[in-house]
Amino acid sequence: MQDTGTMEAAPAGGAAVDGGYLLEVENVRKEFPGVVALDNVQLRLKRGSVHALMGENGAGKSTLMKIVAGIYTPDSGSFKLRGEDIKLRGPLDALEHGIAMIHQELNLMAPMTVAENIWIRREPTSRFGFIDHGEMRRKTVALFKRLNIDIDPDIQVGTLSVASRQMVEIAKAVSYESDVLIMDEPTSALTEREVDHLFTIIRALREQGKGIIYITHKMNELFEIADECSVFRDGKYIATKASTEVTRDDIIHMMVGREITQMFPKEEVPIGDVVLSAKGLTLKGVFTDVSFDVRAGEILGIAGLVGSGRSNIAETIFGVTPADGGTIELFGKTVRIDSPATAMKHGMAFLTEDRKETGCFLLLDIQENTQMAVLQSGYVKNGFVQQKQLGTDSVEISQALRVKTPDMAEPIINLSGGNQQKVLIARWLLTRPKILILDEPTRGIDVGAKAEIHRLISKLAGQGVGVIMISSEMPEVLGMSDRIMVVHEGRVTGFLDRAEASQVKIMELASH
Amino acid sequence: MSTNEIAGSANVIGSKKRLPPEVSILGVLIGIAIVFEILGWIFVGDSFLANKQRLSIIILQVSVIGIIAVGVTQVIITAGVDLSSGSVVGLAAMVAASLAQTSANPRAVYPSLTDMSPIWAILAGLGVGLLAGMVNGSLIARTKIPPFIATLGMMVSARGLAKWYTLGQPVALLDESFTWFGKSFNIMGFPLPLPVIVFLLVAVIFHIALGYTRYGKFTYAIGANPQAARVSGINIGGHLIKVYAIAGLLSGLAGVMTAARAASGQPGMGVAYELDAIAAAVIGGTSLSGGVGRITGTVIGTIILGVLTSGFTFLKVGAYYQEIIKGIIIVAAVIIDQHRQNKRKKA
Repeated sequence: MQDTGTMEAAPAGGAAVDGGYLLEVENVRKEFPGVVALDNVQLRLKRGSVHALMGENGAGKSTLMKIVAGIYTPDSGSFKLRGEDIKLRGPLDALEHGIAMIHQELNLMAPMTVAENIWIRREPTSRFGFIDHGEMRRKTVALFKRLNIDIDPDIQVGTLSVASRQMVEIAKAVSYESDVLIMDEPTSALTEREVDHLFTIIRALREQGKGIIYITHKMNELFEIADECSVFRDGKYIATKASTEVTRDDIIHMMVGREITQMFPKEEVPIGDVVLSAKGLTLKGVFTDVSFDVRAGEILGIAGLVGSGRSNIAETIFGVTPADGGTIELFGKTVRIDSPATAMKHGMAFLTEDRKETGCFLLLDIQENTQMAVLQSGYVKNGFVQQKQLGTDSVEISQALRVKTPDMAEPIINLSGGNQQKVLIARWLLTRPKILILDEPTRGIDVGAKAEIHRLISKLAGQGVGVIMISSEMPEVLGMSDRIMVVHEGRVTGFLDRAEASQVKIMELASH
Repeated sequence: MSTNEIAGSANVIGSKKRLPPEVSILGVLIGIAIVFEILGWIFVGDSFLANKQRLSIIILQVSVIGIIAVGVTQVIITAGVDLSSGSVVGLAAMVAASLAQTSANPRAVYPSLTDMSPIWAILAGLGVGLLAGMVNGSLIARTKIPPFIATLGMMVSARGLAKWYTLGQPVALLDESFTWFGKSFNIMGFPLPLPVIVFLLVAVIFHIALGYTRYGKFTYAIGANPQAARVSGINIGGHLIKVYAIAGLLSGLAGVMTAARAASGQPGMGVAYELDAIAAAVIGGTSLSGGVGRITGTVIGTIILGVLTSGFTFLKVGAYYQEIIKGIIIVAAVIIDQHRQNKRKKA
C-alpha cells in the first residue's frame, strides 16, 4: 500500500508484506525424461489463508509442492517469497527460508523422543556443550501449548499413533517459524476426531498469519477448511477460485474436463463364464466386504483414489497378503489362495503397481527377468532349465510386444520405463494366464508404448483371458473397461457399465 | 529408405557375447603372480611360479577355504551371509574324527566304534554340517532374523559343541582308510592332493547348479529383489533353507577334509575360515548386497588368497606383515572392482 517511503527491515520469520502474496510461483516448468510434469503453472498463496490444491493423480500437485519445498529445482519460472525473488538450494534451504513440508510418508525417527525429533540439529546446549534436555522439554511444552497439542515430549515417537506423529511433524514445522506450511493429504490416515483436531490446529495457524498449502482429494475438506482452491490437470494450471464461489461439480469438471481424445483400441469380444468371483473379501484395517465377478474375455476396471485400497484388493486376490475373511472362487471352485505361488498354479498373473519395488530384478538381464515367473511351472527338466527353448520363446514374445533392445543379455536397468513394463508383461504372458491382474499397467509410460499395451490387453481379453485392471487414469479406465468397480476407503461404492460410466460418475463414487 | 525402415523395425533380438566379469579378477590374479615372480628374481634369486611343489601347495592350502567359499557365495548371492562356516568345520572335524579312530587307541571316543569303514565318519561329518545349515536357514526363513545374527549364534554354539564333544581333547589316531582322503596323488608328474580335487569338483557342480538350474535362477532372483521374487511365485523361505543347508553341508565336507588331512580332529579347527571364505567370494566379484556373483569368480578369489600367502612366505615376509598386507589387498581389490563396475553401469 504505502511501502515506498519507509524501508523497514523485515524481522526474521517475516512480517506481513503489504499488498503482496506470501508466495508467488509463476510460469514454473518441470520436465522429467519423457514427461512434462509441470507446464508453466502458477500458484499464489496469501498470508493467513488455507490454499487447497486439487487434481487427479498425476496432475502435477506433488511435483509443484516438491519445487516449493526445495526438493526439485524447476527448469524455468519465477519464485517469489514475501515479494522477493529467491532460488532454493535444497529442502534445508527452504526450511531456513520458512517453507516447511509435512510429508505424506512421515519423516520422523521412531526410536527418538518427541522433543529430540523436533529440535534435531538445533538442540539447546548447556555451557559445556552437552544437550540441555530440560530446556528442550520446556521449549517443546511451550510449542505444544501454542498449538493446543497434548503429547508427552519425552515419549518415543515410535509408540505414537499416526495422528500424533503428524501433530509432531506439524509442531516441528512451526518450530522453524515457517510461514509456508505444505500438507500433502494429511488426513488420509486419520479418524474423524483426529481430523477435527487437525483442522483446529490448521485454523489456529491461519489466525497466526501462516500460509497453508493443502493437497487433498476430498471435496468436503475443501469446503470445510480451505479459503482458496487451485485446480491442476495433466501438469497444467486450470484456475484458482475462492472456495465460497465454487460448487463441487465445478471442481470435478475442472479436474477431469478434458475430452477423451486418445483412442483406446478396445474390441468388443464375447464375454464368457465367470472365471473369478470374490465374495465378501476382507483384510482388516484395509478393505471390507469386497465382492465382484470377472468373466472370461471381460476387462473389469477398478477405479478409486490412491490409498482407497484398490491395490490391496489385487494383492489379496493374488495371495501376496492373504485375506482375513471372505472367499475366492476360481472357475466355480472355492480356492484358498495363501501365496502368489498358489495363485499362479490356478492360472493367475499379477503385474504389480511398482515396477522397481516389486517388478524388475534390476541387477539381472532381460532374459532372466522375462523367464522368472514361468520357471515355477515349465521349461524345467530334472531341475535343469531348458534354456534353449525358453530363450526362443522369450525372444518371440518380446518381439511380439516390441521390446526395444538389441540383446536379451542387456541388463533390464538400461531399458526405458515403457520397455521394462513390456518385459514384465512378457514375463506373465509366458505363463499363459487365464486371469490377468494389472495394477497401473501404463504408469509413467510414453503415449506410444501406452497404446501398444492397451492394444495387447484388448487382444488378451479377446482370447478369453479375464482381466482386472487398476488405474488412476480416468481415460484409461473408461476407454478399456467393460465394467468399472469403484472403491472408496476400503469399500466398493459402486459398479458402472461401460455405457453409463463417465468421469464425473466415477469421481462421485470415488470421493463422496 | 524403406528397406532401412523395415530392418529397423524388425527389432532383431539376439544375444551377443560379452566378456564375463571374471576376466578382470583373473587379470588381478595374474598380476599378483607376476609381481611375486619379479620380486622373487630380485630378492630370492628364484622363480615363484616354475615350481610344481609350490603351485600344488598354493591350491592345497586354500582348497578347504574354497569348498566353504562355494557355499558362502550362494548364501551371499541371496543377500545373506554365513558366519558359522568355521565353527561348523571344527564340529564336523571332531565328529568325523571320532568315528574314524583305530582300535589301537586305548582312549578312543567310542571304543566300540573303531576300525569302521570311513564312510560312516564322512557321512557323520556331512550330516553335522547339513543339520547346522538347516538350522541356520530355518531360523532365517521362519523368524526373519537377519542372517548375520542367526549364523553368528550358530558360530558361537557350534564352536562350543566342538569343544564340549570331547571336553576340549583332540581326537587322534585315525584309521588310514580315512586319512587317505587328505593324501596327494601324482597325476602326470603333478602332485594333486585329494582336497584340491574335491574343491574343483564342488566348484564345477555348483557352477552348473547356479547357472543352469531352477535352483540357481531362484537364488539370484531372491538376492536381486525378494519382493519381486515373491510375486513371481518363488517360495522364499523354502529356498533360503536349501541355500543355507548347502552352505552347511559344504562346511561339513570341509571339516571332514580338514580332519583327514591332519589325521586328527581338534576343536579349534577352522577358526576364522568363514572370513577367508567371505573374502574369497567378495574378491571374486560376489556382491554383499545380493543378486550378483559366480562360482568361477570365487575360485579365482580363493586362489588369489593362496597366492598371497604362498608368495609372502616365498619372499620370507614375516607373518605379522603378511596379515597386515593381506588385509589391505583384500579391501583394495574390492574397491577397485566396485569402481570398475560402477563405471560399466554408467556406460
